[in-house]
Amino acid sequence: MHPFLFQILTFIQMRKKLLFFLFLGCSLYANAQSLSDGIFMDKRYLCAGVLYNHDAWDHYWEGSLLRTNGNIGTLTTQNAVVMANYGVFNRLNVIAMLPFVWTNASSGTLTGQRGFQDFTLGIKYKAFETNVLGGKLSGQVVAGGSIPSTNYVADYLPLSIGLHSKTLWGRGILHFAGAKHLTFLLSAAYIGRSNVSIDRTSYYTTHQIYSSEVAMPDAAQFAFRGGYYSFRWGAEFLAQHDATLGGFDIRRQDMPFLSNNMDATRVGVTAFYRFPFLDDLQLLGTAMQVVQGRNVGKSFSWSLGVTKFFNFNPKKQ
Amino acid sequence: MKKHLVTIFIAVLTLIAFGSCNKDIQENLSDLAQLTPSNQDVNAGSWKTVVLVTADEVALAAPTAATDPAYLAEVAATKQAAAGANATQKKAISYWSAGSILRWNEILRELVAKHNLAPAPKDDNTYPIPDANNPFNYPQFPFANPPYAARAYAYAAVAQYDALVAAWYYKNKYQRNSTYNTDPSIVPLVPKNNLPGYPCEDAVAAGAAYVMLRALFPADTSLINEKVAEAAQYKKWAGAATDSDISAGLALGKAIGQKVLNRAKTDKMKNAIGTQAIWDSLRQSAVTRGETPWLSQDVPSRPPMLPLFGQVKPFLFPAADIAAIRPPAPPSTNSAEFQAQLESVRKESDPNDRDKMRIVHFWADGTGTYTPPGHWNYFTAELVYKAQQSEVRAARTFALLGMSMMDAGITCWDIKYFYMVPRPTQMDPKIKTLTGLPNFPAYTSGHSTFSWAGATILSHIFPSAKNDLESKASEASISRVYGGIHYPMDCDAGKVSGVRIGNLAIARAQSDGAE
Repeated sequence: MHPFLFQILTFIQMRKKLLFFLFLGCSLYANAQSLSDGIFMDKRYLCAGVLYNHDAWDHYWEGSLLRTNGNIGTLTTQNAVVMANYGVFNRLNVIAMLPFVWTNASSGTLTGQRGFQDFTLGIKYKAFETNVLGGKLSGQVVAGGSIPSTNYVADYLPLSIGLHSKTLWGRGILHFAGAKHLTFLLSAAYIGRSNVSIDRTSYYTTHQIYSSEVAMPDAAQFAFRGGYYSFRWGAEFLAQHDATLGGFDIRRQDMPFLSNNMDATRVGVTAFYRFPFLDDLQLLGTAMQVVQGRNVGKSFSWSLGVTKFFNFNPKKQ
Repeated sequence: MKKHLVTIFIAVLTLIAFGSCNKDIQENLSDLAQLTPSNQDVNAGSWKTVVLVTADEVALAAPTAATDPAYLAEVAATKQAAAGANATQKKAISYWSAGSILRWNEILRELVAKHNLAPAPKDDNTYPIPDANNPFNYPQFPFANPPYAARAYAYAAVAQYDALVAAWYYKNKYQRNSTYNTDPSIVPLVPKNNLPGYPCEDAVAAGAAYVMLRALFPADTSLINEKVAEAAQYKKWAGAATDSDISAGLALGKAIGQKVLNRAKTDKMKNAIGTQAIWDSLRQSAVTRGETPWLSQDVPSRPPMLPLFGQVKPFLFPAADIAAIRPPAPPSTNSAEFQAQLESVRKESDPNDRDKMRIVHFWADGTGTYTPPGHWNYFTAELVYKAQQSEVRAARTFALLGMSMMDAGITCWDIKYFYMVPRPTQMDPKIKTLTGLPNFPAYTSGHSTFSWAGATILSHIFPSAKNDLESKASEASISRVYGGIHYPMDCDAGKVSGVRIGNLAIARAQSDGAE
């Protein structure tokens, strides 16, 4: 290696070691990992990145019946997300993201949809941090909301790009960073969802409703993750359960609907690596499989992203 | 700084707690006022019936006189019932007093939406057929697709119309005072009118609904029974009808419902699904003419939807006229004109045009909905309510609309399977649809035919709504081109057919004695 480059990298690594806990973070999977990953950016550090996500299923649950549908074939939803996580204070981060989504059905005649989906803004606050079992246990609160960024069509499942509901949510996180870079996390979130306005003036749920407005049940999310996490690289196991708190089942051979009772249990892995020779540009990937669900696709999804740190602290010395 | 954070969090948590609490939906045509018609149509007993030859075809015994002690005891019982009406009964009064006919139409639309689901394919890629004799087995009977629904709306409305004309006939014939005119101390919980009380018109409508809806939706008999009991009894709970007004009304309604049902049983609907041999011959006849025949694009391929519905007995024209009112053949699938039609679909159908997407979805009325005829029944309900039509006039309006929808369906289905024109997606697989692709041939458009038939007859009955109704019909029609499932020619020809059927309904309306 060129001595000069080596010098630079050594300098960066030394600095990074000092700032190890500052840099724990800046990772994301699916759409919103940084909103649930327990990791904080330190004050005046920005982590920004783009992520590509690919989700596909050829089986789905119609209520509790797992089935295929020849008029859909394989339903593929892809998105590209831009996200940013900024350390306002060491214990308070602001996170924003916006996905562009496009959908496609491999069979049948229904056209896919594409467009910018919902803009999400959240704040993450470290409520406490304490030394336990040779590691650090922290309790965090994340709160935020999302708002549709365009007037996309929601009432066109499974090909619509989103549900077009405004959300307000809160999440509690218990994060443990132990010895030998072991890490564990438990989180629970409550997602309040606003009613949605659709293009038709009547629809059938469990009965006929004469309105353009759809009452959206709230939702909850529970997650566990654990594994290895160092500055250079990490690999973790993920398990996540999403539950709609209400809603109804898709009827036999009916189309899915916004206010269905959509539940999904996913398991998967996530890993990242920070390239020392690229100024710690982070490459991360996640793979997840829905193992159990209701009124959702039994999808396999994977994502790949890059994120980058930016230091906005005034240069010292 | 900590203080600020605490404030921020309290604010955010408060928003979460209260921001999503109120999810109540204000539905259209809910919380309706009680019906107070300006015109009671006292002479409706002389209006021309549809299935009944004369209004007194079903006999109704004379009631006991209004001075008879037995009747006076009934009136006293009604007075007591009204004084002691409980919350459930008051709720029923408030629901039904907006108009029995309006409510029955609403219930029927809901039943249609509930049953408008095509059977799911079996493991061997064939489809099960709903069986009227086993309505609870999957697939539940019926599959309330648009032709089935059009016919259901028609028969239910016709049965109620004929039954109410008979009710008015007997009201006038027997002239028995209503409860509150017999005993002025009764303060009914529904608006008073000057109609004689025997038989109770709400019970008559309920009796007709009882027969028709149970036959059309046999898997929902318990719901229907419940509604019938409520609809028939509510006027007693409201102090406005006696037991004999109600029992006579129910019996009359059921007997007339049975007469109309007998027509339905022999209208050839039973054969409309066809057989494999018939499906093959329909396709073969198009091949013989040198055309590309329509094929089901459902996966797996599904039998065509009710290919012999065109042979069902219409209300507004003789069945034998069906060929005479068929439009000329559309351009050959091999012609340049046909290519031009295909090109129009490519141009007009744009999934990225949000307003077109709105139009497509507003009018789609596909799987799990009350169907396009149901949409027009809904518009009719709005107009009937706004005009505060009397029960018998409302029944007439729904019957005229219903007959128009059914006959529009009959002529449209005849044309569809006579010409067997493929959908745009079959001719060009690159064309994608913005809504579900119907499983029957393209030419002519059902949406266009139904909508123009509906707009035509409703514009006659509600002249001030003409512009609105016609723009609705135009939009419903073009929505199918935007959706990528119809050629413009399907809509144009559908309009011609629809207007023709609507005019037949107008001719009937002008001669039925109600105008």
